[in-house]
Amino acid sequence: MLSIANKEFSSRLFTGTGKFSSLTLMEESLLASGSELVTVALKRVHLHQQSDDILSHLSNPQFNLLPNTSGVRNAKEAVFAAQLAREALETNWLKLEIHPDPKYLLPDAIETLKAADELVKLGFVVLPYIHADPVLCKRLEEVGVAAVMPLGSPIGTNKGLKTIDFLEIIIEQSNVPVVVDAGIGSPSDAAKAMELGADAVLVNTAIAVSENPVQMAKAFKMAVEAGRMAYEARLAPKTNYAIASSPLTGFLSIVN
Amino acid sequence: MNFFQNIFQQYSWAEVQQSILSKTADDVRLALHTSRRNLEDFKALISPAAMPFLEEMAQVSQQLTQKRFGKTIQMYVPLYLSNECQNICTYCGFSFDNKIKRKTLTDKEILAEVAMLKSMNYDHVLLVTGEANQTVGVPYLKNVIKLIRPFFSHISMEVQPLDETDYTELIAEGLNTVLVYQETYHQEDYKLHHPKGKKSNFEYRIQTPDRLGKAGIYKMGLGVLIGLEDWRTDSFFTALHLDYLEKQYWQTKYSISFPRLRPFSGGLEPKVVMSDAELVQLICAYRIFKEEVELSISTRENEIFRNNIIKLGITAMSAGSKTNPGGYVVEPASLEQFEISDERSPEVIAKMIQEQGYEPVWKDWIIFSE
Repeated sequence: MLSIANKEFSSRLFTGTGKFSSLTLMEESLLASGSELVTVALKRVHLHQQSDDILSHLSNPQFNLLPNTSGVRNAKEAVFAAQLAREALETNWLKLEIHPDPKYLLPDAIETLKAADELVKLGFVVLPYIHADPVLCKRLEEVGVAAVMPLGSPIGTNKGLKTIDFLEIIIEQSNVPVVVDAGIGSPSDAAKAMELGADAVLVNTAIAVSENPVQMAKAFKMAVEAGRMAYEARLAPKTNYAIASSPLTGFLSIVN
Repeated sequence: MNFFQNIFQQYSWAEVQQSILSKTADDVRLALHTSRRNLEDFKALISPAAMPFLEEMAQVSQQLTQKRFGKTIQMYVPLYLSNECQNICTYCGFSFDNKIKRKTLTDKEILAEVAMLKSMNYDHVLLVTGEANQTVGVPYLKNVIKLIRPFFSHISMEVQPLDETDYTELIAEGLNTVLVYQETYHQEDYKLHHPKGKKSNFEYRIQTPDRLGKAGIYKMGLGVLIGLEDWRTDSFFTALHLDYLEKQYWQTKYSISFPRLRPFSGGLEPKVVMSDAELVQLICAYRIFKEEVELSISTRENEIFRNNIIKLGITAMSAGSKTNPGGYVVEPASLEQFEISDERSPEVIAKMIQEQGYEPVWKDWIIFSE
């Protein structure tokens, strides 16, 4: 079973809460996905009201909330947002995302490392969203993050695992869980990430923007389970040609 | 440093206009199907040659918008603070030479208006004034932002262009977004439409987005007033400006509006009339050109148009707007800047958005500092 910061998850599909056409549909889709960790943008939450629309649709005990810092542009703002989130959502879990570039929403490695260091010291369970940069992952591991969340391709693009060669290195080297976040556009992408040995994937756009989000959420659930199962069963190696006989070593059996 | 004006001066209005008109169906096809689009593609998409491709453009625009923004529409509302104005603008109800009763809201009046906007569920507000630097200058604006900060998650402002240091000061008070429309990029005709007042300075206005970028504004809005000049050429220059700004001030978000000249008391008839189909073409062209840009539609447009445009690329909408200072509570009968066309309440608009399978988003921001 997947364990992050001593919390166990039976589902390896993490989900996002943005872009749905209604909050009711969001709730239904996330329930269907089986997801136990859902990320929610702090900026969407009404902090000073008794009840909040988004949160009231995420109250099912199946869901653990993972507040994210979407909208912050540097480490200082991220630390401020984290503290607001901890207070408002009553959790010390945090998806740390710092993307100062509003066009491609690509993460700032320098600010993320700085913020992660500080937030870990402040007692947060930090899951940073980052480039598929193996060295950065090791540096983040050293400051004490609970998992790393490298991107498959730019967020919201549905382009799949463009960073696959680097994801493989990260998965090979990591001592903390690796969650492939961003860019996963179809269940086959999710299955592929799980076959590589990712510990979990985070999916939002591909579910929220599909014609039938509930059905797509189920498809992702199955794909993640199938991918994980395949990883655990060890995939048979691929070859470029058929191995029909033993043309080079066949003579040995004659000797035998 | 490279400023937009240097780039702008390399272009001639007539050449750009000719270049847009010479685009062919093949140019439009290329623009629709390429994976990276440039300004030449934008010209093709706004050209007359693109009109037969309007349905295809709408499909692409819808798909790109949903991928980027999901099925959501951000809700905002204007709060008119003052109609005092030292400028003469041929198209505006607040023009200095227009004999109307002038009004600037006091703190108490602003709070009364704010209470009404809050009861309408609003959390993103757009402050609007004329240009009267004695009464509605930077100290007034600073005071207003401080006053209303506790009530709103996102504060935008559409007022006269200011200096970079003024912007820095207002941003520190909690200003998030500034809208500054060039009105027209036609330099000679700009002078005709703005014969008197500080606004007659074309250069100062066109340099404003650079000053905002340098001040580190979170979001800025661009646009031209459609009806003053050929909308195609003016929109090309807006796109050129946007393209430059995105590269120069890469941490800032951008939004575009397309206000069509509306009737007002004593006003100017549009020189160029843009049809509904052409406005749809322009909206789709912006979306296809820049997937990430926010596109906003106000209550200037009518109900049918607004109902149908939601699915075609728009990301933000106002509703229940009043365009006169005190219009919500304090002085509902005073003269408007322009007549709004869609008078439905925010509640009715929100329901309409939901019925179309979209979620109205009232809150999507927070100030990430003390």
